[in-house]
Amino acid sequence: MRKILQETFLEMIRRAATDLPPDVEGAIRRASKAEERGSTAAGALGILLENVAMARAESRPMCQDTGTNTWWIHHPVDVTAGTVKAAVLWATRRAVRLGYLRPNAVDSVTGENSGDNTGVGQPVIHLEQRARAGMAVDVLLKGGGCENVSGQAALPDFSIGAGRDLDGVRKAVLKIVDFAQGRGCAPGVIGVCVGGDRVTGYELAKQQLLRPLTDRSPDRVLARLERTLLKESNELEIGPMGFGGKTTILAVKAVKAHRLPASFFVTVSYSCWSLRRAHVRIARGKPTFSDTSFLLKAGGR
Amino acid sequence: MKHIDIPVDEKTIRGLGVGDEVALHGVIVLARDAAHKLMIEKRPDFIRPHLTGGVIYHCGPIMLEKKGVWSVVSAGPTTSIREEPYEGTVIAEYGVRAVIGKGGMGPKTLAALKQQGAVYLHAVGGAAVYLAGFVRSVPGVYMLDELGIPEAFWLFEVDGFPAIVTMDARGRSLHVKVDRASSRAFDALIGK
Ligand code: SF4
Repeated sequence: MRKILQETFLEMIRRAATDLPPDVEGAIRRASKAEERGSTAAGALGILLENVAMARAESRPMCQDTGTNTWWIHHPVDVTAGTVKAAVLWATRRAVRLGYLRPNAVDSVTGENSGDNTGVGQPVIHLEQRARAGMAVDVLLKGGGCENVSGQAALPDFSIGAGRDLDGVRKAVLKIVDFAQGRGCAPGVIGVCVGGDRVTGYELAKQQLLRPLTDRSPDRVLARLERTLLKESNELEIGPMGFGGKTTILAVKAVKAHRLPASFFVTVSYSCWSLRRAHVRIARGKPTFSDTSFLLKAGGR
Repeated sequence: MKHIDIPVDEKTIRGLGVGDEVALHGVIVLARDAAHKLMIEKRPDFIRPHLTGGVIYHCGPIMLEKKGVWSVVSAGPTTSIREEPYEGTVIAEYGVRAVIGKGGMGPKTLAALKQQGAVYLHAVGGAAVYLAGFVRSVPGVYMLDELGIPEAFWLFEVDGFPAIVTMDARGRSLHVKVDRASSRAFDALIGK
């Protein structure tokens, strides 16, 4: 089992780092046609598509910032958490040596780079044991530029007239998107969590980035919020890279979580256009790769 | 597309305007967070010859070494605004003529560009394999052991490296323009 896990996780990292999921690439292609021909925005999107094709053909990381690697792993009872974690660490170190990952873990006090992309809290591994046999695994590589422009608001926010309701949520999200400008390598995809506490808000918002861009929330209210936020974010006309243009955001994925009566957080996890993820299921010692998550049901958790 | 040879003179740079596309030829210097902090605190001389009339690239690349020779795997721009506290001083101290990055920079840098005769060039963020394709060789690296691969001062010899002028030496900034327009749209959307 150990060997299978190691090789499978390494291949997941390679795929995530070097190839864009088809739904994301499709969204960028549509966006490039929507922008005015010959504009700087259209030119930038064209370069992105060319970059993706080159990265895929040469198996090289699309972006040099291979980000924080976050894993969601559901494992059966007979595979221990220790085995799974060790395999993730092995795959991470190996991926650095092969040039699929940049050594991205820096000691926050000494400033020293660990050199192998592992360290305290890195990579991030969420483990859940399941009763069934077999495993399902998701990995997300999320860069620093877009992580820096992610944000969390506590409602009410009087500066923008945002109360503790869905309209307040809408305003708070737009404020974060506007503040980001092009710095998160727009066009972006945003995961939005309505409610939760400060930690679960970010966790669930980030997890929404695993959803296919083409799905919509099964919750009618949230589905409407997703549509409205997509339309209005693009009315900001920040455009690809912040050059100005029609495409600022490619998709909005919203989810909700219960909150305390006293707290109303709205959290936005901003992903750059380079939304890198990989999904696998391992049954009877055999991995099956997929473009969509086996863990995250359409529209949420 | 305007062809720019590095080192470049002030007159050529002052002739550039927001929206101009340029293709860079020559040796550029990679410097990001730790390198900027160092340039301000220690003002090292080892990098001076490469920066006089030269170009800084905000980039932390993925590099591979084989038999003592470094090659570039992926090398796109990183967010420039983090260097805002330093960049104006670095430009003046070393006589830098262009800074490549992404996301644009703030008023302090814009003022320095105007005063010193320099421009900010935007490369397409995340297009790291595409951009690495314009690197012909890696003639050197400084502070690799101390700063690590993503933060070291790499020298890249580039041939036709593409970027767009988004802040020029006349005090104009595309980023200010886009930000103002989006703020107006935002105010309308929240009913302000
Ligand atoms: S925000 Fe994304 S695309 Fe941009 S540099 Fe960071 S990881 Fe790369």
